[in-house]
Amino acid sequence: MLEIINLHARVEGREILHGINLKVNAGEVHAIMGPNGSGKSTLAKVLAGREGYEVTDGEVLYQGKNLLTMLPEDRAREGIFLGFQYPVEIPGVSNMYFLKTALNAIRKHNGLEELDAMDFLALARQKMKLVEMDESLMNRAVNEGFSGGEKKRNEVFQMVILEPRLAILDETDSGLDIDALKIISGGVNALRREDRAMVLVTHYQRLLNYIVPDKVHVLLDGQILISGEKELALELEEKGYGWVEEEREKRQAVNS
Amino acid sequence: MSTAPSHIQELANREYKYGFVTEIEAETIPRGLNEGIIRLISAKKDEPEFMLEWRLRAYRHWLTMEEPKWANVHYPPINYQDSFYYSAPKLKTKPKSLDEVDPQLLETYEKLGIPLRERELLAGVAVDAVFDSISVATTFKEKLAQLGIIFCSFSDAVQNHPDLVRQYLGSVVPYTDNFFATLNSAVFSDGSFCYIPKGVRCPMELSTYFRINAASTGQFERTLIVADEGSHVSYLEGCTAPMRDENQLHAAVVELVALDNATIKYSTVQNWYPGNKEGKGGIYNFVTKRGKCKGVNSKISWTQVETGSAITWKYPSCILQGENSIGEFYSVALTNNYQQADTGTKMIHIGKNTRSTIVSKGISAGHGQNTYRGMVKIMKTAEKARNYSRCDSLLLGDRCGAHTFPYIEVRNSTAQMEHEASTSKIGEDQIFYCQQRGISAEGAVSMIVNGFCKEVFKELPMEFAVEAQKLLGVSLEGSVG
Repeated sequence: MLEIINLHARVEGREILHGINLKVNAGEVHAIMGPNGSGKSTLAKVLAGREGYEVTDGEVLYQGKNLLTMLPEDRAREGIFLGFQYPVEIPGVSNMYFLKTALNAIRKHNGLEELDAMDFLALARQKMKLVEMDESLMNRAVNEGFSGGEKKRNEVFQMVILEPRLAILDETDSGLDIDALKIISGGVNALRREDRAMVLVTHYQRLLNYIVPDKVHVLLDGQILISGEKELALELEEKGYGWVEEEREKRQAVNS
Repeated sequence: MSTAPSHIQELANREYKYGFVTEIEAETIPRGLNEGIIRLISAKKDEPEFMLEWRLRAYRHWLTMEEPKWANVHYPPINYQDSFYYSAPKLKTKPKSLDEVDPQLLETYEKLGIPLRERELLAGVAVDAVFDSISVATTFKEKLAQLGIIFCSFSDAVQNHPDLVRQYLGSVVPYTDNFFATLNSAVFSDGSFCYIPKGVRCPMELSTYFRINAASTGQFERTLIVADEGSHVSYLEGCTAPMRDENQLHAAVVELVALDNATIKYSTVQNWYPGNKEGKGGIYNFVTKRGKCKGVNSKISWTQVETGSAITWKYPSCILQGENSIGEFYSVALTNNYQQADTGTKMIHIGKNTRSTIVSKGISAGHGQNTYRGMVKIMKTAEKARNYSRCDSLLLGDRCGAHTFPYIEVRNSTAQMEHEASTSKIGEDQIFYCQQRGISAEGAVSMIVNGFCKEVFKELPMEFAVEAQKLLGVSLEGSVG
């Protein structure tokens, strides 16, 4: 579904990603872990097409197509969803209206009939239960005055409605208490399917207790240093990111 | 390598949908301005003596005045002798009903989305259509007359209801008021007149649609609305003009009078030709609008959506004279390309317990300059007056400007005043967030701007609100590259 080959990218003139290689198949859940500043969020934004994140080398194939030449909105319409680390507020635009517009833009792109307000409301009500979201949040402006937890829940709710093919969740677990984490993980797990892939970007192993990944990658200084099975996350938690750095130094010693 | 061009860029020009010219034979008087011209206009309209005298007094006063320079707008000097002050489509006979109106005129309004015939049949909106200097048709006249409501062109009012005109004309905006209002008083040609009798709630929206068609012609219309005791009326105003390279002057005056327990709601969607993307052409919209809450418990509410004109200079205001009277001003002003707007309101509190609300939303894009200028004045007599003001500015890109000049003058210590203001920029983060959910960059800007204006749009009559939202979207086309 997603193939990243030797991806280099820079932000404000500084190279952050130094050759990422990653392959995610349909049906898989990958976790990308790493310390702060390792390039996790940069990778997520490059994949979603955020302006200002300049790709200097490498390529990214999504469903066999060159992802990097696509507009951000087309990437979304083709099924890429990014759960934001810091969801933005849009004053005066109701959550309901925003999400209905988004869903219909995606449906239209895929040759489906647009939903009217009544059908959308029915769909939203049904999906709200999945993430135990309060209906009152739907009529408020997008993320305006939402608590940190409510914003994250809203991100997962949007994902549940938009049903992406590839979901990239950027630090969706940060700032959540354990109950909220469980609920949100439940929502994510409900979306796991044979034809859908997920990439979880996270700093902590904690999330992976609830969403069990197929693959774990450790990102350090803009490169994937180690990849492994789900046990890698536990090992990482036990030994800390310092251990990864030691591993890297060992490798560098071998290489030189 | 990244090809996502979502950043806010130079604003490309959009197509102004209403820029066509109607080829119709017009009756125009000689260029320029002098007493002879004023007598000619008055004679053309077959006016009673008091009107001519009023015009001449205004003209003589105007000669002593200087054009105001305090507004935050810039334009080359206007040569007032170079304009035509009267232009009217030639009518063989004065049409008595819509069936007799020149089909070409009906077609013009149809192209503008104001099908005079259809409206009469379908929507509950009565329309007075003003084309250059004269009113060409007024719908629903008879139906309204059954309730005692007078809704007609100003010229008809002068002929048929001279006492009402005489009583209220200039009672809110005197002919000495300001340079442009005084000029209007001297040369105004037509406009709408509306009188709602005691205790009548007008069953439909009344509206006037102004169209400038002829070249080098100024439009000077005058609207007068009187709501008698306990009456209620909602009035809408729309405006468009053809695309021309020269600037055209539009200097209108609107006077509203609300007597005891009366309510007037006045909504404007102003979409005069704004000029091209280099700032060439467009309408100078120098307008004086003022309402007087003369009676107790009366209410005047102004809602305006200003997206057109090269320059806008207008301050719909309320004189809150009656006890417990209420004044409201809700405004969205958008300037794109090289448009300039200096707009706001004055709330003059005279009576006890008078209340006013001001909500202003300014949007600047391209090289647009947007100024809010407002005054809240609490007079000595205005015990326990209250005002709430909120002025928000939204900037798109980094070449435009937003300016705010709020003046507050309080002479009674029991007054309560609240003022809030904010300036924000549409964030690339906001646009990207929308794009990431499948919404195009342009759709995102339009959505964000509409959200920003929500408080004002909800004050518009339903049908108008939808139109205003669309208009805003069109006016911003090309504002993201």
